[in-house]
Amino acid sequence: MNPRLRIGFIPLCDAAALLIAVDKGFCAEEGLDVELVREVSWSNVRDKLNIGLFDAAHLLAPVAIASSLGLGHVRVPIIAPFNLGINGNAITVSPELYHALAVAADGDIADPLVSARALARVVAKRRTAGEEPLTFGMTFPFSTHNYHLRFWIAAAGVDPDEDVRMVVLPPPYMVDSLVNRHVDGFCVGAPWNSVAVDLGVGHILHFVSDILAVAAEKVLGVRRAWADENPETLAKLLRAHRRAGDYIEDMANRDEVCALLTAPHRIDVTAEVMRRCLDGRLKVSPDGAVRVSERYLRIGRDGAARPEPVHAAWLYAQMVRWRQAPLSDNLLAAAKGVFRPDLHDAVLGASSVTPVPGDPADKVGAFTGPAFDENDLKGYLAAWAPTRR
Amino acid sequence: MDPSATLKIAIVDENPIRAAILEDGLREAGFTQVVRLGETTRLLARIHAVDPDVILIDLENPNRDVLEQMFQVSRIVKRPIAMFVDSSDSASIQASVDAGVSAYIVDGLKKERIKHILDLCISRFNAFSHLQAELDRAKTALEDRKVIDRAKGILMRAKGLSEEEAYALMRKTAMNENKKISEIAQSVVTAADLLK
Repeated sequence: MNPRLRIGFIPLCDAAALLIAVDKGFCAEEGLDVELVREVSWSNVRDKLNIGLFDAAHLLAPVAIASSLGLGHVRVPIIAPFNLGINGNAITVSPELYHALAVAADGDIADPLVSARALARVVAKRRTAGEEPLTFGMTFPFSTHNYHLRFWIAAAGVDPDEDVRMVVLPPPYMVDSLVNRHVDGFCVGAPWNSVAVDLGVGHILHFVSDILAVAAEKVLGVRRAWADENPETLAKLLRAHRRAGDYIEDMANRDEVCALLTAPHRIDVTAEVMRRCLDGRLKVSPDGAVRVSERYLRIGRDGAARPEPVHAAWLYAQMVRWRQAPLSDNLLAAAKGVFRPDLHDAVLGASSVTPVPGDPADKVGAFTGPAFDENDLKGYLAAWAPTRR
Repeated sequence: MDPSATLKIAIVDENPIRAAILEDGLREAGFTQVVRLGETTRLLARIHAVDPDVILIDLENPNRDVLEQMFQVSRIVKRPIAMFVDSSDSASIQASVDAGVSAYIVDGLKKERIKHILDLCISRFNAFSHLQAELDRAKTALEDRKVIDRAKGILMRAKGLSEEEAYALMRKTAMNENKKISEIAQSVVTAADLLK
């Protein structure tokens, strides 16, 4: 009999593979007894994983890296042998900011380069008029949301630390903060963008897949020491997650999956909202306009579950770019070492991964700037040197 | 005077009773500058206004992630804050997480100076949990008694039993079915409601 595993999660759509692995019984069929623990903050998830109260966790990919590098907290090496989600974030703005951007735009605002230039004009205009800087919410200092938002904001020369305010907001407070005008926009994962649109208080401006074609989002994180000591248990966990990923992506199961994910003590949204997020068919505007994207949130399909060290390198590059970490070859190697395709492949087979047509050559596919080169971070980062006015 | 007494301590806890218990404890220990932040919208701005040396926050509070932003060096953070962790002392980290509380300190503040604040905080949080658990037990016991009394009444009327007989019947059934007497009582009440 296996000991009981405690696994922490935050109620977000990309916890789906973990929740289905447990609630559909795939973990039990592997002989695993799993207790899911719903958490309220990424700090809690990180701390409880680090000190061993959790055996595994639904984790922001950058938190796994920050923990392993000892950034902002004690250093505890974490590894990620399985991606719980690729993409899935979106940038939502208030109707007022949406209107201001549309007026300032010199083209189609759906193009992130056009919207970034429009943002630069709006920011400049507000400064001239002596108005308060715009405020944007994101979920955690070491979050994909922080980096995705900054990447877009900075694309046309706006400095995220000087020209606008960036504030951390727990996802459940995002929508209220938009209503109360504490923020003008935010970057957050599903389902919160949809919740804002449904309440008529926000427009989804961009899916993060507009900013980066392929962005590692959440991982199944475990302590490296735990993985070393429990290879069999980890293999069982990975097999259960693979089955869950396949189950979620099979459209025939979608209704059942959405019902399971929105059960009490799981994710507090309606099955209908969950369905939109999983289908990548999102209402983007309070007037009802819908946008469909294959790339919105990938869970089990197209090799999404296989961790790519180049994605860890990209995230580390953002930490350096925004002065959270120094640049060094050792830290880069340590960051890449968090993502463990070798463990994934050893259990699930490398053959499961088929290249997706249209996926970018550099495996990141940013909408602007040079192709990402993990072997020349210095050169890559030089392209983003601040252009202070 | 203990120089620690001059430290300004902010308590971020939406539970007013627990926050009050903690504040009392800190004041008794000689800390005079204690500020409670119960309302947590725009938390960062409130903390800026208070400008504390030490921040204590409960782990049920999603705003913990907001505090983590204060580790970052940026324009919106007045004084960088660090988490109170001593990697040499994993037992104290474990104790604080178990108790459900976390502490942040101004960067550069000597950790020894706040060790006893954290210890006090942990013991008050644990005391509060015990109190809460006792209260919950008392409430459940009261609810159970109400249900058992109702079920007794139903059985007395339906079967012409005395109070003692009705209770004995439920107790026997509970023992036979390996259930709590309150569960049997609840079944009786539910069944009676259905048959009305």
